[in-house]
Amino acid sequence: MSGSDVIPMAISGSDLLALAPHLALSVTIVLVMLLIGIKRVYVVSSAVSMIGLGASALLAIVQLYQSISIEVSQQITPLFRVDSFSLFFVAIICCAALSLSLFAFCYFMRLNDDRDEYQLLLLLATLGGVTLATSVHFIGALIGLEMMSMALYGMLAYPVHSHENSGASLESAFKYLILSAVASATMLFGMGLLYAETGLLTVIGVGALVSDLSVLVGIGLLFIFAGMAFKLSLVPFHLWTPDVYEGGPMPASAFLATVGKVAVAAFMLRLIMHTNALSIPSVYFAIYSVAIVSVLLGNLLALRQLSLKRLLAYSSIAHMGYLLIAILSFSVRSDGSISSETGLAIAAVVFYLLAYVVMSVGAFGCASLVSSSEHESDSIADYTGLFWRSPWLALVLTSMLLSLAGIPLTGGFISKFLVFFAAVEASQWILLLVLVVGSGIGLYYYLRVIFQMLQSPSKLEHLELKGSNWETLGAVSMLLLVTVGTFILGVYPEPMLNLVEEVVLSL
Amino acid sequence: MILLSLVGVFFFGGLLAWVSEIMDARLPRWVAMLSILVSFSLVFRLIFMLDSSGGVLLGWVDEFKGPWIPSLGIDFFFAADGLTVLMLGLTILLGAVAIASAWDEIKERAGFFYFNLLWTLAGVVGVFTALDLFLFFFFWEVMLIPMYFIIAIWGHENRRYAATKFFIFTQVTGMMMLVSLLCMVYFHSLQFGSFSFNYNDLLRVDIPRSLDLWIMLGFFAAFATKLPSVPFHSWLPDAHSQAPTAGSVLLAGVLLKTGAYGLIRFTIPFFPEASEIFAPVAMFLAVVSILYCAKVALAQTDIKRLIAYTSVSHMGFVLLGIYAWNELGLQGAIMTMLAHGLSAAALFMLAGGLQHRIHTRDMREMSGFWIIAPKMAVVALFFSVAALGLPGLGNFVGEFLALLGAFSVNIPAAVLAAFGVIFASVYSLWVMQSVFQGPPLKQESKAPSHETLLDLDGRELFFYGVMMIGLLWMGLYPQTFLDFSSGVIEGLVTSDSAAALYAGEFLK
Repeated sequence: MSGSDVIPMAISGSDLLALAPHLALSVTIVLVMLLIGIKRVYVVSSAVSMIGLGASALLAIVQLYQSISIEVSQQITPLFRVDSFSLFFVAIICCAALSLSLFAFCYFMRLNDDRDEYQLLLLLATLGGVTLATSVHFIGALIGLEMMSMALYGMLAYPVHSHENSGASLESAFKYLILSAVASATMLFGMGLLYAETGLLTVIGVGALVSDLSVLVGIGLLFIFAGMAFKLSLVPFHLWTPDVYEGGPMPASAFLATVGKVAVAAFMLRLIMHTNALSIPSVYFAIYSVAIVSVLLGNLLALRQLSLKRLLAYSSIAHMGYLLIAILSFSVRSDGSISSETGLAIAAVVFYLLAYVVMSVGAFGCASLVSSSEHESDSIADYTGLFWRSPWLALVLTSMLLSLAGIPLTGGFISKFLVFFAAVEASQWILLLVLVVGSGIGLYYYLRVIFQMLQSPSKLEHLELKGSNWETLGAVSMLLLVTVGTFILGVYPEPMLNLVEEVVLSL
Repeated sequence: MILLSLVGVFFFGGLLAWVSEIMDARLPRWVAMLSILVSFSLVFRLIFMLDSSGGVLLGWVDEFKGPWIPSLGIDFFFAADGLTVLMLGLTILLGAVAIASAWDEIKERAGFFYFNLLWTLAGVVGVFTALDLFLFFFFWEVMLIPMYFIIAIWGHENRRYAATKFFIFTQVTGMMMLVSLLCMVYFHSLQFGSFSFNYNDLLRVDIPRSLDLWIMLGFFAAFATKLPSVPFHSWLPDAHSQAPTAGSVLLAGVLLKTGAYGLIRFTIPFFPEASEIFAPVAMFLAVVSILYCAKVALAQTDIKRLIAYTSVSHMGFVLLGIYAWNELGLQGAIMTMLAHGLSAAALFMLAGGLQHRIHTRDMREMSGFWIIAPKMAVVALFFSVAALGLPGLGNFVGEFLALLGAFSVNIPAAVLAAFGVIFASVYSLWVMQSVFQGPPLKQESKAPSHETLLDLDGRELFFYGVMMIGLLWMGLYPQTFLDFSSGVIEGLVTSDSAAALYAGEFLK
């Protein structure tokens, strides 16, 4: 720790108050654990975890509005910082986790095994994600990342006892475990290199020294970026993605695709902003090429997929590529301050992440509502004629897919629009070309799914909501909320845009 | 507020049509027709507003402006002028025709069909009236989705390919336009210090010479795809031949015209210098479209594909007239848009009617229908000669003016394009001969027996009659229509000071 920024390690009362969402989650975890220990009642343990997630989401939103109005950013030990940026992501993560917990509730309802631990693991992973999003220190980030990953291994390996893919979830979890461990090691090595060169582990501290850079700092940042690229499943670190998505239970894949990515992206954004990493040519070039190949390869590989989960997996690769395009449109001035154009670019990134979470939750939510632990409706052919059998569900899935494709009226359009805007302002012509080509290819496979839903229903089997009415009530209403949210983001984005711009200011 | 309510009528009419299916499967089409009638009355009011704004039809009427995304300088901004009113009239008339042609054809999921149809119209009306470029782009993209559904659900045997191709072509070039648009907004923020998507603000943007050709090309690609012009045209024959009749009517009659409208309203006024440089290329593309697609049309056996290719050929005259960029050329382009809208819609309706009756589009299986369906034959003859440019009908006026306009700036292009008129006579008469004349087909052939071929009924005759009157009016007394657009065109083609005056008129 350098002399200039000594921060007391002790935690004061106000610090605890600032960490309220984290604490609420932790309390819920302990509570759920105790409840499971006393008596296994699936409904009760699920309800408690949902209430806990809802409470922490609410706390985060309240704090977010407070922090915007009085513009505070509170440093809590050197590890964490609670400002509107981190609170925004905490709120997103908690809301997403809440809806995924509702979907998981229906999904595991019929499972003839211990079902309660899934919610517990989900809470743990959420706590990890929240921790990662608030950390400004490499150690904090590592704690959060590992907490999230550890819980995710369990979620992915969760026994589903379905005859068609017995063992697939175990395979998927192992694949993720091994590769994720390698990625973490890579990241740790990068942090170690940075520490060796600067003697610091805080993001801001390292950032201050980047300008008088040495080779080691660049290499360290590259290693850290590689580790994150793995978590964000960017090409060439993407190979695990489709297999893990396909093998894991639907709610776990959904969690991996949404919370797992947003939390990492939030930390990456902070890292890039504070360390000014884009001013290092090698890092810039690495991110640049990763962005291009991610967009192109992700979209191309998605073209011929027959499984919805694999399709969404490849499309998520492309979406993370779009995100990188917005990040590459940052233009950080030589003195490290943010120019006005960059404000828009960061807002584009944050808005994109928000929209991405909303639409992914919606798409996975639809898929998991028609699936259960015994049978997953994963093949695109399963969705034939959904439009005529359950029009509402099909309408939701259609709007989510259109949103992912970036068609107007939906949040996906506004977010892609902002990425376009940011890239134009930064004169990133090659990236713009890649964006146009990638989105064009992307249309094809989203339309394929939509077209399948529009066909006349096959007589073979009926895809329908699994579970009785009261079980799916929460999930269905959450799905409607998500859909409405997508349309609000697409038609009247002004309030959210203003919020995002405020949030970006605190960075 | 008229323009806003016009969009609203179609928007809510669509929702209502969908919901009304629950009560009765025949209700949606009545709801749709009712929305058309309401919108007709709205457009009439708009015409009177235009008239009352001083003898000449100049300037904007019925402006509506409200904030939408102020932080990016995006507004709800609608306004209409003479050109808009012409386009709106065409849109709504053909909307009625489309509904009429779907009346008996669409039996399955009628509610959702009319929902899509009305939402397509809402999108088109939005495109024609939006003066905020973001809003314009928004409608531009939104009108594709219901059209995609129309082709994908009610289309024919190869609909997946056609619908996807249509969507991808228009979306990708739409994104190119978005990039160009954002470049302009960015330059606006550099020059005037704030983001703005307002049409009048963007007109004032000074774009560096090194970039303006590229930025212009983004707009051109999007509009030329919709028009369509030759390198971007290949989606159209597929979409047309696979779409249900109502879809073809809307595509040919209205959606194609949005491309031409975009060129007139946005591309050339935004980039006068770049367009001047680009004009020979565009006129070359127009000539290629006219001749090449007329030639390709001759090789078709699918009657809908044939009409689709002739559409591309006729829209070449529009492109030619627009890039002549003088009063005659533009008047010609606009007249061709209107006349082709009616004649192509009628031809597609006839082809759709044939397909509905005998379940094939293959012309080799058609012959001698004149004896069985004389009314249909007469109607077909009328619209065929309209399409080939018979004097006295609207298409002639349009194409003649367009050629005249082109002749004064680019003689070779005009001369070559004029051959298109000859080709048009060849393919039009050829279709007439092979379908309606000749010996009636023998019963043992693959075609269904001719007893099933019913002649036109009263409802169909009424709508064909309306379109005939329209074409005759355009051909015999085009002044009515020219008056609407002359003020707009004058404002567009005359010098900068006049353009500024035009803008000033608006600012009042």
